[in-house]
Amino acid sequence: MSVGTPRGLASSGQKPIAEILHPLSSAAEPLSVSVTVNLGGDKEAGLTNGTPVETSSPASTSSLFNRLQLDDDLEADVRDPYAETTETRDLFVTVGDPKKHVSTMETYITYRVSTKTTRVEFDLPEYCVRRRYQDFDWLRIKLEDSQPTHLIPPLPEKFVMKGVVDRFSEEFVETRMKALDKFLKRIADHPVLSFNPHLNSFLTAKDLNKRQGLALLTKVGESVKYVAGGYKLRARPAEFCAMGEYLDTFNQKLGTIDRIAQRILKEQSEYLTELREYGTVYSSWVGLEDELRRPLEGVAGCVTTCCGALEDLGENMSQDFLPVLREYVLYVESMKNVLRKRDQSQAEYEARLEAAILRKQEDRTPMPVEVEKCQDKVECFNADLKADWERWQSNKRQDFKQLLTGMADKNINHYEKCQAAWESLITLLQDKQTEDKSSETN
Amino acid sequence: MMMADSGSNEEVAVIVNTDITSTESENNLINTMVERGTALLRKMEINVAEAEKRTGKNTVNMQETYTVYLIEIRPAETVPEGGTPATPDTLWRRYSEFELLRTYLLVTYPYIIIPPLPEKRAEFVWHKLAADNLDPDFVERRRVGLENFLLRVASHPVLSNDKIFFLFLTEEKGWREAVLETGFQDKVDSRLKSLSAMFRVKNPDKRFTALKHYSDELNTVISQLLRVRAKVADRLYGVYKVHGNYGRVFSEWSAIEKEMGDGLQSAGHHMDTYAASIDDILEEEEHYADQLKEYLFYTDAVRSVCRKHELIQYELEMVAQDLVHKKQQKEELATGTVRIFSLKGMTSKLFGQESQEQRESRLAALEQSIQEGEETLKEKNTECGEFVQTAWEDIERFKEQKDKDLREALISYAIMQISMCKKGIQVWSNAKECFNKI
Repeated sequence: MSVGTPRGLASSGQKPIAEILHPLSSAAEPLSVSVTVNLGGDKEAGLTNGTPVETSSPASTSSLFNRLQLDDDLEADVRDPYAETTETRDLFVTVGDPKKHVSTMETYITYRVSTKTTRVEFDLPEYCVRRRYQDFDWLRIKLEDSQPTHLIPPLPEKFVMKGVVDRFSEEFVETRMKALDKFLKRIADHPVLSFNPHLNSFLTAKDLNKRQGLALLTKVGESVKYVAGGYKLRARPAEFCAMGEYLDTFNQKLGTIDRIAQRILKEQSEYLTELREYGTVYSSWVGLEDELRRPLEGVAGCVTTCCGALEDLGENMSQDFLPVLREYVLYVESMKNVLRKRDQSQAEYEARLEAAILRKQEDRTPMPVEVEKCQDKVECFNADLKADWERWQSNKRQDFKQLLTGMADKNINHYEKCQAAWESLITLLQDKQTEDKSSETN
Repeated sequence: MMMADSGSNEEVAVIVNTDITSTESENNLINTMVERGTALLRKMEINVAEAEKRTGKNTVNMQETYTVYLIEIRPAETVPEGGTPATPDTLWRRYSEFELLRTYLLVTYPYIIIPPLPEKRAEFVWHKLAADNLDPDFVERRRVGLENFLLRVASHPVLSNDKIFFLFLTEEKGWREAVLETGFQDKVDSRLKSLSAMFRVKNPDKRFTALKHYSDELNTVISQLLRVRAKVADRLYGVYKVHGNYGRVFSEWSAIEKEMGDGLQSAGHHMDTYAASIDDILEEEEHYADQLKEYLFYTDAVRSVCRKHELIQYELEMVAQDLVHKKQQKEELATGTVRIFSLKGMTSKLFGQESQEQRESRLAALEQSIQEGEETLKEKNTECGEFVQTAWEDIERFKEQKDKDLREALISYAIMQISMCKKGIQVWSNAKECFNKI
């Protein structure tokens, strides 16, 4: 077990404050019976529940090591320098293989969630389950409840307007899957969240029993009492103020970048339309000429190539660039929520403290344990939050570095393709020129 | 600079305007490459060096602003090492004088495809480009176009020998009078009439028919191309300019970041550079558009020659028809049979036969007319034949020129595109370096 953040924490935060609902302790909820229609028929028919992949003996460490031989998916994880070093990482998760399920009630997509781990918290070294978006959402809510002091990574947008976006198009599913994969990876990399039992259930259970609610409600009720009662926070520590301000500005900038990117997409799309027509005019000219036939065909061809390259660029921007940007907007929201919760917990503490002091003055009762507990809670929260903030900042830096260099790369790529096309045309035409010249002088 | 192929038998003179705008220098865009050296060009180098604004009173005594262009003539001798080039003879001409020259050439050499002038008003513009005649960019492009016109005329085997053209280049003051003295004005009206007239030719030379058809189609296709190109330019402008917004937002963002700040800020600068680069790129592309426009206007000149052929052919056919008609009349008179209705014939039938003398004098008159008719027919035939021959010579010359010029234009267009791609790669690579540092 390794903890990534090198700070002395008052409490590790591994003991969640809320109750843990062990999946096996609750009454089983029957899942809707569904007829599965696979997009690419294979042996995984009928898999809406989790099924472990291999039930080989987990005994020897050497066999464990062998099983941890990285496949292609895992290689990508290893390349992340801001994450924990490979020697200390012992939990790898991947999301892949989207499949459509059609039932009488509904149609939805499930994804395969593969896990490889050496952790003792897991019974087996490998797992393979199928989950749908709802399940991810469940996990997120559970994590938020059980780890309120931590920043939970965001999920891609839940609701998509039917008729506007095709929920089953390849691009949409692909984009969503990448986001879900990122979501799980971020959790798996988190020194605290990765040990959450809900995550464990999510990754391993055959039937994901999703009992929401009661605990959530009572918890919310409590702190609302202290904030809704008009109690104002005495003094938010400066660093948390700074965080809040940063997030607001950052959010603004993200929004601006999103709008710019969309505008570029729009302009490029309109440019593409005109460029296509441009190419066809050259093609129609070809029919009129003899000598100029080849050059004109060549130009028409180059224009077509450039159109293709432009299409690719646009696809890239909308499928890779924009989703990541939007994800960070959600991340900012999450982070702001955590800051608010921290404020609430501080408010609660201060309220209780005040009340206790007053009572103490009246009847000399000692400081109640609850107040101390509250103080602990606040300190714990602050520490967790700071740790998560640092981690978030460093991840953000890495993510944007990748995102922006990726964008630059795609643009370079686009121009390279176009340049190559035009250069080969020149070679073609100049060859002909020397051909003609030599035949002229002969 | 593209140098002449020293191995070819024909004399090749390369005229380069060294006053080319800076944006053209890298891509060695040449105005005219002359295939056959003419006597004129062997003697002199022609330049349209400058443009200047003038104000003066026009024909209706109103103040007007117009542009004049400086024509420079230099003797075409090589300058010895270290020697100074001879001072050029110069004179100023305005656009309307160029137009006058061209009109003169059009009526004087109807069998020649007369090179076109650059457009009077800016057309096929994309929004950024000014359509204003006094806009410096437009004036500059027009200067280049006028020089091109002069060089085309000067390099033409027939036109280069024209006296009026020579005077245009050498006589600033007396030129207008000299042109008017040629009496070409009379021909102008009839030419305009003939161009617009509708008449049916029975036996046109098939080559001319095909050429006219080709010319019309070429006109259509180049117009389309210019139109779409302008739209493409407009859109591309938009794409580049929006990227400039990245510059600003990265700058603002860098203000709240610690380690990421520098990288973002400098990347932002590159985005600004990228956005700004489109102006030069599109300015350069205008040259390509100008090359296309020249040939668009050339199609009008080609059409003009084809129409002239039709007119001559038509006149020939009319004369021939008229002659046939007269011969038939004579035959009838001689044999007494009436095949053709004529008033005289009818009246003589109604009011009695005409006298022998009357008949004979009529016959004599007809005979005379027929002889004259046959002379006219011979002349017309010769005229037609000569026209077809000289015109077709020029058409062949033109075809070769067109194929060569347009091919060159397409190559230089490709070069422009490559340059644009290279610039794009440079800027984005720079930006990527900055992103790598965040």
